[in-house]
Amino acid sequence: MNKREGEGWSRRNAEAAQEREAHANSSSPVIAAFKVFQQELDTRHDKYERLVKISRDITIESKRSIFLLHRVTNVPDAEGVLNEAESKLDGVRQKIGQIAEELRGEDIYQFHRAFTPGIQEYVEAITFLHYIRHRSLISLEEINARLVFMKTDNADPKGSVEAPPSSAHVLTFQVTPADYLLGVADLTGELMRLCIGSVGNGDIDTPFQLSQFLRQIHDGFSYIGNTGPYEVSKKLHTLRQSLGKVEDACYTLRVRGSEIPKHMLADVFCTRTTHMDTEEGMV
Amino acid sequence: MLYDLKDVRLEWSRFSFLSGNYHNVQKMSVTEMFSYIQGFLSADQDVREDIRKVVQNLEQTAREILTVLQSVHQPSGFKEIPSKCARARELFCTVRTHLAELKTKFPAEQYYRFHEHWRFVLQRLVFLAAFVVYLESEALVTREEAAQILGIEVVREKGFHLDVEDFLAGVLIMASELARLAVNSVTAGDYSRPLRISNFINELDSGFRLLNLKNDPLRKRYDGLKYDVKKIEEVVYDLSIRGLAKEPESGGDK
Repeated sequence: MNKREGEGWSRRNAEAAQEREAHANSSSPVIAAFKVFQQELDTRHDKYERLVKISRDITIESKRSIFLLHRVTNVPDAEGVLNEAESKLDGVRQKIGQIAEELRGEDIYQFHRAFTPGIQEYVEAITFLHYIRHRSLISLEEINARLVFMKTDNADPKGSVEAPPSSAHVLTFQVTPADYLLGVADLTGELMRLCIGSVGNGDIDTPFQLSQFLRQIHDGFSYIGNTGPYEVSKKLHTLRQSLGKVEDACYTLRVRGSEIPKHMLADVFCTRTTHMDTEEGMV
Repeated sequence: MLYDLKDVRLEWSRFSFLSGNYHNVQKMSVTEMFSYIQGFLSADQDVREDIRKVVQNLEQTAREILTVLQSVHQPSGFKEIPSKCARARELFCTVRTHLAELKTKFPAEQYYRFHEHWRFVLQRLVFLAAFVVYLESEALVTREEAAQILGIEVVREKGFHLDVEDFLAGVLIMASELARLAVNSVTAGDYSRPLRISNFINELDSGFRLLNLKNDPLRKRYDGLKYDVKKIEEVVYDLSIRGLAKEPESGGDK
């Protein structure tokens, strides 16, 4: 009896569920409302995914430019490498133009998480290029000034710095100060590698310039301290390590430089850095 | 000429843009650059501080409303539902003034920059609004209605708005509150209410099934909905095997 009742219930329940389903699929206001939500959420997620994809591409291309720039130290034609990197970064800028296009009329910060890794990598690449060229830190404004895109009707994005013709849209992309800061923090790692690499090539001046520059950046980060975003304080630790390595390198150069002939110095230095690297690996 | 100028900080960018060539942009030393950024960061912190203060007030009011509405779970509270709802609606006036104050604390187009600060409280408020509407009319609050109760916009372009994800999260909080209400209404001797709640929740569940949720906080919350559904179904089951439930037809869904 008990069992039969249970069956009866479950059947009735199933019927009720079916009825509900049928009812739900008709013009229930709740379902109608949720269909609208579905559309809105899907549009938003699609946009987010597209931005993530662009950001990935930007990251990859920027990384490649950085690798290319590291070749500057042991290639006779430095200017050629720099120009090649510059043209690579032009490609990256076009992609940032796509981001700007996606974000037209949107709140930038709504999708910020989607593209922040790419932008940081771009900042790293462009600051690195700028440093190699000009031996100075590119400012946030200079970076942003190059992220102005003209959108004409044929949808051809180009970084233009002319006065805007009245028919075209002007799209701008703003690197946020936080992204800039994080990109610069990553830059220090590259500078450290550049420093070690340049000594390997018997370049004696660059390490000293680099250590001075890194020290300035380090002071800058110390000045910002913990007012910045959380990631900054994390990167500060790595920055200290990089600075330490560069300072050690300069120390070695100064101490050993007076006693060893220049052509042998590179060898001494290389053994020392590999020694340091293994130490680093153990930690 | 169509400028996509959406940021306060854009002013200087336009300046450098008009100045022609980026090489002409004034060079800054490393120290200058960092102190410029530092200035920006501390301005940002000030804004956040202001927002936090207003949000604290909002949370206070939200708690008050919750306390008023919690009394419906008391056996005596069932008769007082209309008066409790009226009281809650009065308190929503305070919410509207707080939210109006919040709007003045930051530029309207930077909503998502500071979103995290009020996200939680806004979801609570949506829940409370939805709960009031349900208790009054046994219907699901629409997004427009919820926004109207809170005195904010639905569309992003018009200013401080109710994000769709926050709205849905608020509705999900209400679902678990209703599961509780179903249990307590049986205790209080109201046997028809669980059936109505069951119908309502089932409709809500099939609504949420329509959504393609990503693996985000909203999805996590949605995963809890099935337990609420289950709990209410158990209540309905208990009532029906004991013959305490009237036929679903008489329960009626609105």
